[in-house]
Amino acid sequence: MKILVPVKRVVDYNVKIRVDKETNTVDLNNIKMSINPFDEIAVEEAIRIKEKGQCDEIVVVSLGPDQSKETIRNALAMGADRGIHVKTDHSPEPLLVAKILAKEDYDLIILGKQSIDDDCNQTGQMLSALLNRSLGTYASKVEIENDTIIVTREIDGGLQTIKLKKPAVLTTDLRLNEPRYASLPNIMKAKQKTIDELDPSDLGIDMTPKVRTKKVEEPPKRVGGGKVESIEELVDKLKNVSGVI
Amino acid sequence: MSVLVLAEHNNQSLKEATKKAVTAALKISSPAHLVVIGNNCDSAANDAATLEGVEKVLHVEDAAYENMLCEPTADLLFELMKSYDYLVSAATTNGKNILPRVAAKLDVSQISEIISVIDNKTFQRPIYAGNAIATVESSTEKNVITVRTTAFETAQVGSSSATIEKIDAGNNPGLSEFIEEKVSSSERPELTSAGIIVSGGRGMQSGDNFKMLESVADKLGAAVGASRAAVDAGFVPNEYQVGQTGKVVAPELYIAVGISGAIQHLAGMKDSKVIVAINKDDEAPIFEVADYGLVADLFDAVPELDKELEKIQK
Repeated sequence: MKILVPVKRVVDYNVKIRVDKETNTVDLNNIKMSINPFDEIAVEEAIRIKEKGQCDEIVVVSLGPDQSKETIRNALAMGADRGIHVKTDHSPEPLLVAKILAKEDYDLIILGKQSIDDDCNQTGQMLSALLNRSLGTYASKVEIENDTIIVTREIDGGLQTIKLKKPAVLTTDLRLNEPRYASLPNIMKAKQKTIDELDPSDLGIDMTPKVRTKKVEEPPKRVGGGKVESIEELVDKLKNVSGVI
Repeated sequence: MSVLVLAEHNNQSLKEATKKAVTAALKISSPAHLVVIGNNCDSAANDAATLEGVEKVLHVEDAAYENMLCEPTADLLFELMKSYDYLVSAATTNGKNILPRVAAKLDVSQISEIISVIDNKTFQRPIYAGNAIATVESSTEKNVITVRTTAFETAQVGSSSATIEKIDAGNNPGLSEFIEEKVSSSERPELTSAGIIVSGGRGMQSGDNFKMLESVADKLGAAVGASRAAVDAGFVPNEYQVGQTGKVVAPELYIAVGISGAIQHLAGMKDSKVIVAINKDDEAPIFEVADYGLVADLFDAVPELDKELEKIQK
């Protein structure tokens, strides 16, 4: 079985982003970038499946500028086998990403449920539609049994378990696993692993966006910082000033 | 230009989230039709027909739709979308699961979690966990949109009832099967529709200590939530989680207890009308967004709050 794991290079989750008021864009200069946390969970899950002997090869793919290769190396150091870098200037919208990913055939594709920059939460679902495959989103547990996959999903009120026919597309939720740290020897080994380069134009996909971002603004600031001295004062304020209880 | 809204329901009645999605849909275009897909969901269809501004309810029954499995539901919506320009759903797990699959089949992008409608092709949506707001414009004729429900009012019951049209079920591609669902049953309101939420963080120290919050919540008719730190520490299950990676809420009153206020938690609750923070660390970032901050040990403050509320009740 071959597993594909798409990974995205995003602003590190600990960084508080800043909106540039002149250009109406998010300022990405000199800030720490990392693998999207949900994608890291996807890489870890693929490695665990391989460690159980249920997978022969894990291929990691990333779309983006040259620096995306660092993100691929990161996944290779964790234990993926080889990488594909699809070179694009910026990160294309989810439908276009899904179209590129649909070009190759895999038994299982594991994606993060969403990237923490554009928060779209679409690519896995779209890919499953383009490939006409079964879909298990927001997975918190994955068990592979021959031709089926049992997936426990995080849903609004609790957990749902479904059985998918292989080949399938899965997206990861936070609690699926805890990703490992790459060891130094594995980081060294990852440098020898192959990363193939692809150009979207070679794939014959029209990369014209269907949705255009006109501007990005800071959200209205919340004015907080009010203090109370006691519970009595708190309850009084909530009852008589705010009127919420 | 007509709008189709995917209804979320428990076969008996519509979920609150859908009523908010209807409000958003009517801001985009009209008429709005609601599609109720399920099994033995007559009452939900009747409930949908009462909403103000809903012209027609499409009612589809089949055993295959009992659990809203993604593949058959998306296939059916794709067929229905031949007669509509917009497909709208609340950004619930079902909406987020199903709609992108329909969008890809229609060869359009999805616009996720809109918080405002500028015109019928231009929308605002939060990115970077709500730390920035993007204004996006669609160039396609058909559009698929999910709605962040905290940004829209609930559609009210109208004076007249919409017509209900029964529609035949579509094919089930048979790619997946439902096994089971474990939904926590609670007397308390759901997090995403609660008017008041009492949330605990790592400062709670154990799952057992959440009982204190439950007691306060019950006096206020509130839901109980938690920060990711409390979920990761195993104090409470993940469905309690409020934040970027959990649920986004905007109640009238949000009481944060023992929560420091990590960016990712603030992203999920900073649109609450009134925020109360109880924390013993007076430097905790949660105080920067709180209307009423109380610097105190929660193990003294929460029981005291409980007693004060009891007094009010009497």
